[in-house]
Amino acid sequence: MGKKITIDPVTRIEGHLRIEVEVEGGKVKNAWSSGQMFRGIEMILQGRDPRDAPLFTQRSCGVCTYVHYLSSIRAVEAAVGVKIPDNARILRNLLHAAQYQHDHIVHFYHLHALDWVDIVSAVTKADPVKTAALADTVSNAPLGGASYYKQVQQRLKTFVDSGQLGPINNAYWGHPAYKLPPEANLMAASHYIEALRLQAKAARMHAIFGGKNPHLQSLVVGGITSVRDILTPDRIAEFQHIWKVTQDFVRNVYIPDILAVASFYKDWGGIGGTDNFLAWGDFPETEKEPDSNFMPGGVIMKRNLKGIKMPNQEKVAEDVTRAWYEDGTAKHPSKGETKPQHGDYSPEKGRYSWIKAPRYEEEACEVGPLARTLIAYAKGKKEIKETVDNVLKTLDIPADALFSTLGRTAARAIETLVVGNAMEGWINQLVGNIKKGDTKTCQSWKMPDKAMGYGLNDVPRGALGHWIEIENKKIKNYQYVVPSTWNLGPKCGKGKPGPVEEALIGTPIADPKRPLEVLRTVHSFDPCIACAVHVIDPDSNEVYKIRVT
Amino acid sequence: MEKEKKFYERLEQKGVSRRSFMKYCTFLTASMGLSSSYVPRVTEVFAAPIQRPPVIWLNFAECTGCTEAFLRSSYPFPDDLILEILSVEYHETIMAAAGHQTEENLQEALKKYSGKFICVVEGAIATKYDGAYGKIRGRTFLEIAKDVCPKAAAVICLGTCSSYGGIQAAKPNPGGYKGVGDALGMKTVNIPGCPPNPVNLVGTVVNYLLFGRLPKIDDLGRPDFAYGKSVHDQCPRRSHFENEEFVTRFGSQEAAQGYCLYKMGCKGPETYNNCPVAKFNDGTSWPVEAGHPCLGCSEPDFWDKMTPFFEEM
Repeated sequence: MGKKITIDPVTRIEGHLRIEVEVEGGKVKNAWSSGQMFRGIEMILQGRDPRDAPLFTQRSCGVCTYVHYLSSIRAVEAAVGVKIPDNARILRNLLHAAQYQHDHIVHFYHLHALDWVDIVSAVTKADPVKTAALADTVSNAPLGGASYYKQVQQRLKTFVDSGQLGPINNAYWGHPAYKLPPEANLMAASHYIEALRLQAKAARMHAIFGGKNPHLQSLVVGGITSVRDILTPDRIAEFQHIWKVTQDFVRNVYIPDILAVASFYKDWGGIGGTDNFLAWGDFPETEKEPDSNFMPGGVIMKRNLKGIKMPNQEKVAEDVTRAWYEDGTAKHPSKGETKPQHGDYSPEKGRYSWIKAPRYEEEACEVGPLARTLIAYAKGKKEIKETVDNVLKTLDIPADALFSTLGRTAARAIETLVVGNAMEGWINQLVGNIKKGDTKTCQSWKMPDKAMGYGLNDVPRGALGHWIEIENKKIKNYQYVVPSTWNLGPKCGKGKPGPVEEALIGTPIADPKRPLEVLRTVHSFDPCIACAVHVIDPDSNEVYKIRVT
Repeated sequence: MEKEKKFYERLEQKGVSRRSFMKYCTFLTASMGLSSSYVPRVTEVFAAPIQRPPVIWLNFAECTGCTEAFLRSSYPFPDDLILEILSVEYHETIMAAAGHQTEENLQEALKKYSGKFICVVEGAIATKYDGAYGKIRGRTFLEIAKDVCPKAAAVICLGTCSSYGGIQAAKPNPGGYKGVGDALGMKTVNIPGCPPNPVNLVGTVVNYLLFGRLPKIDDLGRPDFAYGKSVHDQCPRRSHFENEEFVTRFGSQEAAQGYCLYKMGCKGPETYNNCPVAKFNDGTSWPVEAGHPCLGCSEPDFWDKMTPFFEEM
């Protein structure tokens, strides 16, 4: 038995996650991913008005604030049988793509970058003149020059010298796994600060057609309410302007940073990979779904890109053998039940997480940017293929290196670029419709007494599905299977690990007291635990005990 | 003077003009309900903190939407708040440290700043089964809150969850979720909203830094400056209500004309908040402007009291 390392809480994520790894011979031999909080939104939904479901489920997550809102609306729409107008489809795509831009930028700079970038090195060792020279060779970033980097460094130095280190206190600075030269650290640290400001601006795209961000408030079953904002040319121009500023940042800062940082961490192209991938696909470009999805859906098993298949939601089942629920066979979400049974934290053989283990044809599947990128690549989608090939060529790494932590982090940037670029055409489509006099944003419908429906999306963190059953015009049953349930779920009855657990195996650990390498792979999945666990037991009065290891 | 000059130089280097900074401070001073004579003092709070006030930010049962809202602050920008105005000692979503190092940071901050720090709480606290429904490092939310909150100079509950329990406290409230004041039996300043407007958090903090005390609050713990008037009373669509010009169907001509959403279930008359005036995301919009009825999201128990959302009150 190797040495156990526990990281609880995993920070720089949404939610409460505990990761435990067993290390032997300087490498991870086994890993356990455990969700540590539950709220119960599915149970709270029972008996309520189906029109309210999207507003409730939206509160699963304030980071990916748009995504449950969208999938839930689509599930209700499927159940009541309403087709939304073209303008609503376009606006929903634009809001969703804006979520991609926002989420992925924030993830890379504010949740993930500090796994690769050493802030202390940026402050104490970097030469601003050399930093400017480096930045000029790798990017077209609008802010730069020696005086700019000198000023950022001084700002950080003032912060550090104050002795109030706040968010950068007591981290893994100076860890041997940090490989960037001081100048690259300073460049990335500057962009961390720029991105903090940019994301506040980018979120205004959501406010324009959604009233506010987080928690937009303009979708309704049958369409979208922000009709006055599309009738006002100023509003569309404002959206277009912020889109451009954001996408310029993606092109001129985010992508170059990914390439610059990755060039020092090419060994991570061989660490942190998984084997199976699933995407439902998203961004319908006409009313024909899923055929018209801009990002296609697919299933890849055992890394076989040639054997790619179309996904079928009927093949999903959730296994609870190793999660804190009553025993039962693995069930499809539409028949899903949730009977929690609290117990000890027993990672070795027993139950150890509140996250269920979803499986596709009994296999764990990674979902998210890497899955989508591989699927689009395998299907020969032009925009993705060109960008991926460019990245591989620039970094001089083989296509196999995509199956890794490095590949996952690069794929996130790649799809931000591609999806962000597509937004321009969608804005033009919207303007074209309005020019023709088509300003319809909502379709009327009637609530049936009894109905079932589901909504599938591919959201920034991966494949998302909502399933609803309506009876007497009320919610009878509601289940959702979210990206972080797929990625962060535990082992199943067959002992097959969840994707994060699988990805962690083999990870080198230089210093067990400071497991930076574990964070790199866990963060590369962009975990969102409040989303992953949303179920609670109303009846049991058993106390959930945790054995502190 | 010298300090002030340097401050404006720094602002300008960051691309913020003295004029726009003053404009922000004036806006903030007005939102806080203070006379314009306070503008220079509000400016001072941002200009020259000798020691940045320490903040310990606790995340419990929540969706992180309130942290996200805080990061949407656009005057001061989030980087100003984090690097120059506040000292965020503990915040799991942004801190670089992980695992046991986070506990060291928390304990160090508690020791160093006992009685002096601002505690911001996001999320509700599970109280059933000894608070067993949410844990960090093996400690329940309830234990952590009991340890940290009483040591703070002030506890600010950001969002409806920490203020009053929020969505997880909606019927049947399986985990016995409660707001912080209720769970711990203590007085807190509440900035409800799902999520709240960051302007109202900044206004509350500035008030504290300016006067050394928290703003005047109502019996639900809400600062008067932000929650003193109903959404309905401040709504730009109010005249349509008076003229009985209502939207009765989404997608209708009346909706396109911006008529009153009362009959679509708008909860503005029962909701106290400054959304129509402050608006969200740097004043970009707010739900009614986007054609959607108000949900009443800053009122206690709104998930039960204000639902079904699309039915007339």
